[in-house]
Amino acid sequence: MAFLQDPTIVVEWLRQLFLGWGLSPSLASLLLYVVGALALATGPLLWVIFLIWFERKAVARIQDRLGPNRVGPYGLLQPFADVLKLLTKEDIIPAKADKVLYWMAPILSLAGVLLLWPAIPLGKGIGGNVNVAVLYLVAVGTLSTFAILIAGWSANNKYALLGAFRTVAQMISYEVPIVLALLVPVLLARSMNLQDIVAAQDVWFVVAAPLAALIFFIASIAEVGRTPFDLLEAESEIIAGFHIEYSGMKFAMFFAGEFLHAFTTGVLGAVLFFGGWRGPGAEAYPLLGLFYLWLKAFLLYFVIVWIRGSFPRVRIDHLLDFTWKFLTPLALVVLMVTALLDKALAAAGPWARALGLLVANGLIWLVVQRWLRGVEKRLEPPMVAQPGQYPVARYTPPEPQAAEGD
Amino acid sequence: MDPTWVFIGVFFVLAPLLAAAPIVIGHYLGPHKPNPIKNDVYECGLKTVGDAWVRFKVQYYLFALVFLIFDVELVFLYPWAVAYDMLPTFAVLEGLLFMIMLLAALIYAWKREALDWYD
Repeated sequence: MAFLQDPTIVVEWLRQLFLGWGLSPSLASLLLYVVGALALATGPLLWVIFLIWFERKAVARIQDRLGPNRVGPYGLLQPFADVLKLLTKEDIIPAKADKVLYWMAPILSLAGVLLLWPAIPLGKGIGGNVNVAVLYLVAVGTLSTFAILIAGWSANNKYALLGAFRTVAQMISYEVPIVLALLVPVLLARSMNLQDIVAAQDVWFVVAAPLAALIFFIASIAEVGRTPFDLLEAESEIIAGFHIEYSGMKFAMFFAGEFLHAFTTGVLGAVLFFGGWRGPGAEAYPLLGLFYLWLKAFLLYFVIVWIRGSFPRVRIDHLLDFTWKFLTPLALVVLMVTALLDKALAAAGPWARALGLLVANGLIWLVVQRWLRGVEKRLEPPMVAQPGQYPVARYTPPEPQAAEGD
Repeated sequence: MDPTWVFIGVFFVLAPLLAAAPIVIGHYLGPHKPNPIKNDVYECGLKTVGDAWVRFKVQYYLFALVFLIFDVELVFLYPWAVAYDMLPTFAVLEGLLFMIMLLAALIYAWKREALDWYD
C-alpha cells in the first residue's frame, strides 16, 4: 500500500540492499542510477513492440483491410516474428561505405529518442525533474536529425544522400515552429521544468493555447518524419530514402526509433498541453498519474496514426512553404498575443486566464482564415476543362473490307 | 553533482549501448557471405554511374541560414519567458519588439525568395 502512495521507496529499498552488500555509498548511488536508467530505457523499447502492431492494424483498418492477423491471436505476435526475422538477416555493408558512420547512424537515431525520456515527468515525484527540460528536449531531439544525415552520407548512395538532404531541410525547418510553440507553455508556466509545467496546469494548456498545441502537434509530426511529411521514406519516390542501404537489425533500429519518436511526441504533447499525469486521484497515487499520462499519450499517438492513414504525402516545396510561410509567422503571432494577454490577465484566476487566452486564440484563427481566403483568391483558379477545349483523339475502326470473292 | 544530471550522464552512456546491443547480436546471428554484387549500392537495379557524392543545392544552405537566425532568437527568448513574472511591463514590450523585428526579418527573407525551394 505504501508503494502505491510513494513508489520511490523502491529506490530506498534498493539502496539499502546495495549498502548491505558492502558497496560504498557513492558506488551504490551509481548502481542505482544504472538500474534506473535501464528501467527507463527498457520500458519504451518494449512498448515499441506493441506500437508497431497497433499501427499496422490501425492503418490497415483505415485502408479497409485487415492487417497482420495470422501470427498469434489478432496478429499480436507479428512484431516478435519481425524481430526474429530481422535478427537473422545478413548484415550487408555496401561497398565503400564509411564504416564508422554507417554503424553509428542507427544507434544515434534510437539513442536520440531514448534520451528524451529522462526529462519527462511520469507522476507526482517520479520521473524527470530537469531544470531546463524544454531546452534539453529541443537539443536532444535534434540528435535524430543528425543521425539521418550521417546515415545518408555514409551509405555511399546518391539516393540516400538526396533523401538525407531533403529530410534534414524538412527537420530543421520544422524545428522553428516547435520551439516557438514550446515557448507558449513555458511562458504560461513561468518555468522550463516539465514538472512545473504539469503542476501549473490547473486548467489544461490546450484550453489556454489551442493554436500553440496545434502548431506543436503538426510540426512534431513533420519533425518525426511521419506521413504526411514522410518524404524521407517516400517509397514511391526515392525508394527508402536515407535508409536504402540498411538491412537487418540496423533498419529495425531506425524503424523502432521512428515509432518511439512518434509516441514520445504524444507523451510530450500530453505533458505540455493536456495536463501530463494530472487527473482524478493522481496526486495521491503516482502510479495512477503514470497511467493517465500513458493514456493521454496513447490517444495522441492514435491521432498521429489516424493522420497517417488519411493524408497523402506533401510535396517538398509545399512542405517548406507550409512551415516558413504559415506555421512560423502564426506561432510568432500567437506567442506575442499570449505574452501581452498574460501580462494583462495576470491578476485573474486560472479559468479566467485560460478562457481569455482561448478567446484571443479564436480571434487569431478568424484573422488567419480571412487572410487565407484572400491568398486563395489571388492564386490561379483551378484548371477545369471546358467541353471542346482540348481536342480529343477518337478511334474509328477501319472500314470492314469487302469479302474477297473468287 | 546534481543527481538529475548524473542520471542523464549515465543515460547518455547507457542508451547508445542499449541501442547497439540488438545490432551487434544481429551481426553475429546472421549469415556472412559477402560478394561484390550483393555489396553494390542500390541504384534502381542498374550499375551505379559516377561518384555517390552529388552536388549540393544552395537552397539547403539558405534554409539552414534562416533556421540558424530563428533558433538563436528563440534561445534568447527562453530566459525572457521564464523570468516573465519578475519583468516590468516595459521588458515585456521589449521582448515583443524583439519578436516583431524577427518577424520582419522573416518577411524580408520571404520577399527576397530566400525561402523558395525552386530557384
